[in-house]
Amino acid sequence: MELSEHIKTANVEDVTLRRPFHPALRGTLCVTSHHLLFSDRKDEASWQLLILLKNIDAIEKSVENLFGYPRAMGSSGTITIKCKDLLVLQLEIPGMEECLNIASSIEALSSLESVTEMYPFFYRPSHLTLNGPWGLSSTEQYYKQTERLWDRWRVSTVNSDYSVCPSYPSAVIVPREVDDDKLIRSARFRQGGRFPVLSYCHHRNGMVIMRSSQPLTGANKKRCKEDELLLQAVIDGSELGYIIDLRSAQQAQQARMTGGGFESKSFYSHWKRIHRHHERGKIVQESLIKLVEACSDPSHSVDRWLSKLENSKWLSHVHSALSTAGLVVECVERDGHSVLVHGSEGTDNTLLVSSLAQLILDPASRTVTGFLCLLEREWIQAGHPFQQRCAHSAYSHARLKQECPIFLLLLDCVWQVWRQFPLALEFSEALLLRLAQEVYASNYGTFLCNSEQERCAAGVKENTHCLFQSLLRPDIEEQYLNPLYEPTDLAIWPSVHPQSLQLWTGLFLRWTEYAQNMEEAREEVWSIVKEHHEQAGPDRTNNTLSTHCDTLTPFENLMDELTIL
Amino acid sequence: MEHIRMPKVENVRLVDRSSSRRIKVGTLYLTATHTIFVGKGSEDRCELWVLHSLVCNVVKHKASQSGYPLLIHCKNFQVMQFIISQESDCHNVYISLSRLSRPEKYEELYCFSFNPNVDKAEREHSWDFLDLKAEYSRMGLPNKLWHVTPINREYRVCDTYPADLFVPQSVTLPVIIGSSKFRSRGRFPTLSYYCKENHATICRSSQPLSGFSARCLEDEQMLQAIMKSNPGSRFMYVVDTRPKLNAMANRAAGKGYENEDNYCNIKFQFIGIENIHVMRNSQQKLIEVSALRSPSMGEFLMGLENSDWLRHIKSIMEAGIFISKAVAEEGVNVLVHCSDGWDRTAQVCSVASVLLDPYYRTLKGLMVLIEKDWVSFGHKFSHRCGHLDGEAKEVSPVIDQFLDCLWQLMEQFPCYFEYNEKFLINIHNHIYSCHYGNFICNSQKERKDLCIKEKTHSIWPHLWENKLDFMNPLFKPDQSQNQGLLRPRTAPYCFKYWRRLYNRFDRELHPRQSELDCLMTVKEETQQLEEDLALCEQKLAVLDKERAKTLYMQKGVLESKQALWSLPLDTSLANTPQDYIGGFIGGAPNVFTLQQGERESAELCLFGDKPKSSDADNSDQESGVADFSSHSSGEESLPSEDSVKDPDSDETGPNRA
Repeated sequence: MELSEHIKTANVEDVTLRRPFHPALRGTLCVTSHHLLFSDRKDEASWQLLILLKNIDAIEKSVENLFGYPRAMGSSGTITIKCKDLLVLQLEIPGMEECLNIASSIEALSSLESVTEMYPFFYRPSHLTLNGPWGLSSTEQYYKQTERLWDRWRVSTVNSDYSVCPSYPSAVIVPREVDDDKLIRSARFRQGGRFPVLSYCHHRNGMVIMRSSQPLTGANKKRCKEDELLLQAVIDGSELGYIIDLRSAQQAQQARMTGGGFESKSFYSHWKRIHRHHERGKIVQESLIKLVEACSDPSHSVDRWLSKLENSKWLSHVHSALSTAGLVVECVERDGHSVLVHGSEGTDNTLLVSSLAQLILDPASRTVTGFLCLLEREWIQAGHPFQQRCAHSAYSHARLKQECPIFLLLLDCVWQVWRQFPLALEFSEALLLRLAQEVYASNYGTFLCNSEQERCAAGVKENTHCLFQSLLRPDIEEQYLNPLYEPTDLAIWPSVHPQSLQLWTGLFLRWTEYAQNMEEAREEVWSIVKEHHEQAGPDRTNNTLSTHCDTLTPFENLMDELTIL
Repeated sequence: MEHIRMPKVENVRLVDRSSSRRIKVGTLYLTATHTIFVGKGSEDRCELWVLHSLVCNVVKHKASQSGYPLLIHCKNFQVMQFIISQESDCHNVYISLSRLSRPEKYEELYCFSFNPNVDKAEREHSWDFLDLKAEYSRMGLPNKLWHVTPINREYRVCDTYPADLFVPQSVTLPVIIGSSKFRSRGRFPTLSYYCKENHATICRSSQPLSGFSARCLEDEQMLQAIMKSNPGSRFMYVVDTRPKLNAMANRAAGKGYENEDNYCNIKFQFIGIENIHVMRNSQQKLIEVSALRSPSMGEFLMGLENSDWLRHIKSIMEAGIFISKAVAEEGVNVLVHCSDGWDRTAQVCSVASVLLDPYYRTLKGLMVLIEKDWVSFGHKFSHRCGHLDGEAKEVSPVIDQFLDCLWQLMEQFPCYFEYNEKFLINIHNHIYSCHYGNFICNSQKERKDLCIKEKTHSIWPHLWENKLDFMNPLFKPDQSQNQGLLRPRTAPYCFKYWRRLYNRFDRELHPRQSELDCLMTVKEETQQLEEDLALCEQKLAVLDKERAKTLYMQKGVLESKQALWSLPLDTSLANTPQDYIGGFIGGAPNVFTLQQGERESAELCLFGDKPKSSDADNSDQESGVADFSSHSSGEESLPSEDSVKDPDSDETGPNRA
């Protein structure tokens, strides 16, 4: 079925658009295969609103005079559009048939399942070419850049055809002394084949963060020699390593009943296991739904708001993610031990914790490029199933399947770190907000599919543009910079006390007036810094001031001499 | 001195509340004014000075293995835990401190012994720093509508009011006296704020003694005169800030509220702010929440909700918004009262004034506002802050709530306030510290009788001298002037927990880098450069004139150009990292050695960082240990790992370590 066949009514005139804190507008509404376009045609310089249909999370219609009246006389309908970026719009459409048609087109086109039908495959802006580089980094590049790895680690291409682990990239970093056969055996012993691979090597002491999925010990306490050897090779014999299991001890124990399990002390004698409970899947998705619901009703009393905020448990998830990341950093940086992180599948909380730990530890991951590289390695290449997790957001009425806003949780945690270290990150809140939007609906192919393998099969690299490449274009990048950035080499240890964690107003209250004053403050910060640059920046120093000084100094000397005379 | 049973105790341990692993050993001294702890060891010597007047209560805890714990809670929310090895020593310190922290006479308060190195003239001058007369004339008073009545010069009509009061020109003395007899404590309606642009005013009073049916002609005339003083309006609001039920209950005691039928053209309105007892309990709960050691997110949020604190802040804010809108948008006069008109009335009038007038959003303006609406109008600081040993039921965080409202506004409008939260916190500290004389006593009359101005110092010049610390770099004065009325949001998510105040001394809870401090530095630097540039240009202009005369001498001097190039303007260094990074990484500035009295305990740190230049992250790492290992929810509170027993070898599971 062609996409256009979903469109029964493409154009409606005299539609009224209502947005929060803006006056209502009248104009024309258009539905295309991928967009909803509203244009206010009062004058030539018309104002337009373009919404990706994929951004639409839920649509509610209320049609007046549903029965009884002919369509001619004053019958109209209202469509409420709730977007994945949390914006809520209302469209008043004259003519109930048009209204119903538009609604059903939006419903059908906003929930396309086939990747190649999605907009990134059609997005062809004039300033971008498809032949450009795709992505920012790769396993090989990371290996090349990290000199500390060269001695004891190697890049393995055992997964080059994605047969060992369908969700891993084709190349992974593993201990040099473990050969590919051992990797294959270890992969068989891990859920989804996600055998332990290197995620990060600490620049200060060479300790590493590894990640994997749970071992398939099962009820019979199976073991796998190769998996044990692999982990043994990670810590190089004598030392000690930590396994951070992102489930409670009880959950890990229960996992054995369904074939999963945990690394037992007797077989992994040099590894200490620590259990930290993290919620996952549906529970986190429901948290987001509850939080957004609480934020969208400003008429609550303070008490009701606080209890709804508490009830959503969103901040509790932020709290546990940051504290576990802190624990990992403590093991690596303070105690000087390597760490293996895993939960069950190793595609969600595992990535959350390992990437947060890197942000805290590694100054390189706090630059714009570094952060995007981190996301690329630790989320996109590492096989976070974006398509499943971000199919719907907080407003959807659809039955939840595999949705889970773990990536949003990551962005929230990064925002918390930025609040506590406002000078330490090169990027600003704006980048986090942009990513929060792009991950749900995008012109770019970066967040499509669930794994490298799927992206390869769909030809994502060949047929779409790369978001990260585009964000790094100098003219674009500037708006995502933190004007106060001062790089620091030190680890930035966030406080995880509940008093120190805040609601991310920039995201969750984005479309309220509350956000407007904050925007003003941000502009003021920029103008102070820019003024400073004007006074002290290299241009000024070299031009205006130095010319003044050039002309001034000889005269000044003369003055001195004159006074002496 | 006679209360000090034990001037010095050796080998006392000071426990850091955030991490019991960090303990300092040292000596505890009790002086007439301070408790002083001096840590041993030359490297990380720490000194802790705490004013007795800031001590809220002293608690002995059950003896532990290591000794006898003594907990000192302060009114600025600092909590200190000492462990003293001998029980008798602990008891002696406890008895001494309990007495020292509860002075019975004003003369015992620190402000009477505080003696900085300034001469008499300078001290007297410090009291002239703020001038309320000048403030009223800034508002445009007196004018043909309002004038100062001399009636209370001797505090005979109302002993809790200031001597100078503004009333409408048309009001006669008998009317004032009649009205004052019909109001609780004689607090008759008088002007608090006057809006030049539209002549609308905020007036304040106490409740009328109306009972169930009593009325008073003079009081009615008084309100009529106030209404008429605003030529543009046909009615006025009377705002009773109490919950309706409370006001009605007061009628049984012969007090109450205005009957709309008896007063011409008034619109009567209840606001529903709770009384001082409710507020005291609410803050107590809030403090308990803030002092929880490693609570879960849920515990914290539930505790915050149960304290009701933010709900109360919201109700005060809403009252302020109502009044400010009535004045600015409707141009209508408002009379505000509660019961006695010195607690809720002060809160609401001052919040409304801040919303209305950009001046009160400047450093000096806030000082004036507090001096006017709180100090001069007889907010009972001594009772509410518990300066002297007395009725615990009189204590209430009324002014804390005003400062909290201001902070909430600053959070919503980051660019509209000249001062920052440090300013508010400093004021808060000094309201309770009794370090300066401003907030002693319950009324102007009492202060006069005690010769406060002759015997103590004023806080305001001290704060003004340090104003660079209190400036908000984001403040846009021009914008603020244009904005006039602030219109804060009152959605519930706009009210937040003020961590910097209630967890002020828990340094590990606060951001490790400060955006505003950094911006302030940047701004100062820019200004410096601008000044330098202006200076250069000035010189240049002068020199241009000299050019003709000096041209012939140019040769020979040019060689020295290179050397002198960088002297007047060191711009090449201005933008390098070391200029910013200094104080920001690794937390708050570390001030351990303090001059007695020079700096208030506000800046005392429980534990100083190690020398910050070498490895600023050291201390953070340490706090990190406590943070992460003690934080996780519920049953998983201890990292369970199977280092002792293999869980596989028995069936109890990995939870058994």
